[in-house]
Amino acid sequence: MTYTPNHSPCVEQNHPQFKELDQYIESLHLSPDDPRRKDTLIMTLHRAQEIFGYLPEIVQLHIAKKYSISHAEVSGVISFYNFFTTTPKGKIQVNVCLGTACYVNGANKVLQEFEQVLGIKSGQVTADGKFSIESLRCVGACGLAPVVTINHKVYGKVKPGDVREILEKFFIEEDKDVKEVSHA
Amino acid sequence: MPEIQTSEQLASAYEQYKQLLSTRLGTVVDDNTRMILVCGGTGCHASESEKIVENFQALIKKNGLEGKVFCSISGCFGFCEKGPIVKVFPDNVFYVQVKPEDASEIFEQHMLNGHKVKRLLYEDPILKEKMETAEDISFYKLQQRIALRNCGLINPEKIEEYIASGGYQSLAKVITQMSPQQVIEEMIASGLRGRGGAGFSTGKKWEFASKYASEEKFVICNADEGDPGAFMDRSIMEGDSHSVIEGMMIAGYAIGAQQGYVYIRAEYPLAVKRLEIAIRQARAMGLLGKNILGTGFNFDIAIRLGAGAFVCGEETALIHSLQGLRGEPATKPPFPAESGLWAKPTIVNNVETLANVPVIFQRGAEWFNSIGTKTSKGTKVFALAGKVNNVGLVEVPMGTTLREIIYDIGGGIKDGAEFKAAQTGGPSGGCIPRQYLDTPIDYESLQSIGSMMGSGGMIIMSDHDCMVNIARFYMEFIVEESCGRCVPCRIGNKRMLEILTNITEGRGTEEDLDELRSLSETIIDTSLCGLGQTAPNPVLSTLKYFFDEYEAHVKEKRCPAGVCQKLMHYKILPEKCIGCTSCARGCPVNCISGTVKQVHAIDQSKCIKCGACMTRCKFGAVVRE
Ligand SMILES: Cc1cc2nc3c(=O)[nH]c(=O)nc-3n(C[C@H](O)[C@H](O)[C@H](O)COP(=O)(O)O)c2cc1C
Ligand code: SF4
Ligand code: SF4
Ligand code: SF4
Ligand code: FES
Repeated sequence: MTYTPNHSPCVEQNHPQFKELDQYIESLHLSPDDPRRKDTLIMTLHRAQEIFGYLPEIVQLHIAKKYSISHAEVSGVISFYNFFTTTPKGKIQVNVCLGTACYVNGANKVLQEFEQVLGIKSGQVTADGKFSIESLRCVGACGLAPVVTINHKVYGKVKPGDVREILEKFFIEEDKDVKEVSHA
Repeated sequence: MPEIQTSEQLASAYEQYKQLLSTRLGTVVDDNTRMILVCGGTGCHASESEKIVENFQALIKKNGLEGKVFCSISGCFGFCEKGPIVKVFPDNVFYVQVKPEDASEIFEQHMLNGHKVKRLLYEDPILKEKMETAEDISFYKLQQRIALRNCGLINPEKIEEYIASGGYQSLAKVITQMSPQQVIEEMIASGLRGRGGAGFSTGKKWEFASKYASEEKFVICNADEGDPGAFMDRSIMEGDSHSVIEGMMIAGYAIGAQQGYVYIRAEYPLAVKRLEIAIRQARAMGLLGKNILGTGFNFDIAIRLGAGAFVCGEETALIHSLQGLRGEPATKPPFPAESGLWAKPTIVNNVETLANVPVIFQRGAEWFNSIGTKTSKGTKVFALAGKVNNVGLVEVPMGTTLREIIYDIGGGIKDGAEFKAAQTGGPSGGCIPRQYLDTPIDYESLQSIGSMMGSGGMIIMSDHDCMVNIARFYMEFIVEESCGRCVPCRIGNKRMLEILTNITEGRGTEEDLDELRSLSETIIDTSLCGLGQTAPNPVLSTLKYFFDEYEAHVKEKRCPAGVCQKLMHYKILPEKCIGCTSCARGCPVNCISGTVKQVHAIDQSKCIKCGACMTRCKFGAVVRE
């Protein structure tokens, strides 16, 4: 899967990313008069976000058309669910768990430390588009609290003092390596 | 994989596969055969447990021990904090915190020379002794694993091993020998109650749904596990997906449904993967699909992902989400049993509830009913976390006391601190103080002391935790997760959060405490769904049991636990500081200035109050005020 938050998805709909999405949608055999066709909408949005990294309007319109529903309906669903984002995230996505187990073990201090070191607040992306920070609620690895995930890799028992060291390798890595990590 | 078309074929598949587990179950003990199980749950997976398996496999090959020594992944052993965990059968030796490079030492010492690797054995935090076998470990002593029976025993990616554990035999018995009515009666007799929160009788729920005539009905498995800090459903799906599938099928037969859905949170990719594998294997064997075991019973299962909305754990919201809508709750009645997915009769059951079902038909309702308390039967899995020594999943009979869970199983409070409270029920539950440590826990007793069972999250707090701050933490969660449909929940909880924030930042008044109480009442009485109706519980229970902490914040502007950042700061005492620079080097945000042999100082505007400086200073020069 290519992941290109830097340039916005190509308007031409035969762009490889749209092709990949269409392949998935075709496998669902949607029929415009099936009143139940929308039961896969959230699955499709997940897929689209995986492919594009986020859900820009052009992708939303595309999906609305495929499902024969209005754009408002699609954007209404997207805005309801925290998992979906309509703005690009960083290439390296730092997620700090603020679930209860992590919180009582000092996760908020870990989050503050990431914010200090990267110079952005939770929910923001660094100016070069490289890093973003989010908080999430429990990845189910509470035994390792506090937990941080970076591009799906789980780091356990993180202390505020560990943050620089964790980020170090991402600071020095070239973009090429970064991509590899994001696929790990 | 050969198809299984009759229950006789299932019985012979069992005979064929059962030797797969013989070393593990100790049914056949052969001096030279060893089985090495490596935990492949999310926690251990994160710590490279796959690499450990690879290393063992290479060693087996190198030493020509294929067919003698086996190594495979398993589901979660529940003892996540000590992971990655490696268990060796038949000796029942339990190695903790194993690194990939430790594989060779274990292999050489244990497999080749029969010596245990002492260094990697678990050390009892109280006895300070290494535990030689899994049975010696206090964490497991009081546990009775029913829902978790296969987690940490079978390889979750091999249906053969599930069959070898007796899997799918309950399904066979149900669909070939019992009528749907008999299945429901057996479920009611077992006394099983829902493990997802409300504790409604599972048999009764099925009975309601069975009574509505409809060509189409649905079984939904609620795998949204929204309580932050609970992870038993994840472990069951990662370690034993087939038992959930089998439970859903039995439910489907009982109510007359042919289609099931698992609604699972997107934050659990590994559980999704394991479920997909299990569904694929069950279909390939003919155990899911059309005409199952030649009985004419059809059933299939599809997976649907959630998308990060806590309220979607509520069953009517979940159903909306499954239909591709915004996950807003609906008013009940009608209950889903009458009008659920696509307005058809639907039952929604929790993962742990469903995982209990096959065992009930294997061992009988009477057996299940004999475990637990008067009103609550069977076991409950708790996710024990927070300030306790042994963090992990704990399955105990209903009626076990908090003290047994926290001290006997959990090994007591971390770092020798004092127990302050146990939080159960997540954002809908409450904080239980020490005077109730000896209360036998079940659905009713928890409710009577201002908390609830919920899904089984249990967060232990010590004297280093501030209860006002914890109440604020849960309220913040609620405000973020309220769907906004009704005013008391949307506006009322926001106001509660404002007040709690003021209190933790030293701007609270005594009137605020009264307002918290009256707001709570209104929100509980007038909210539409369970989220709003239970949202004030963490506030009410802390007000009730820890009022002195609220008073200290409000009257003295003081946080007794030293947690609330605005109410304290770190300071370096110039007369004590010798300028060793240790604090400055340890400060994660570099906000301590000073050079060698000079008095150091903290820049208060940058300090994140992590306390690292205080821990590092050997001269008692850093103080908290
Ligand atoms: C806000 C809210 C969140 C809920 N979250 C969950 C959940 O994550 N998992 C779950 O099984 N039940 C959850 N429930 C309870 C479900 O509505 C439902 O009662 C349950 O899934 C029924 O299954 P059971 O009878 O097997 O417990 C939640 C309820 C509310 C009000
Ligand atoms: S109580 Fe809260 S979460 Fe439930 S329907 Fe009302 S606003 Fe939504
Ligand atoms: S409390 Fe933490 S952030 Fe503040 S000065 Fe000490 S080490 Fe630095
Ligand atoms: S560690 Fe203590 S003695 Fe050393 S510089 Fe810091 S405050 Fe001074
Ligand atoms: S609370 Fe952080 S992983 Fe569960």
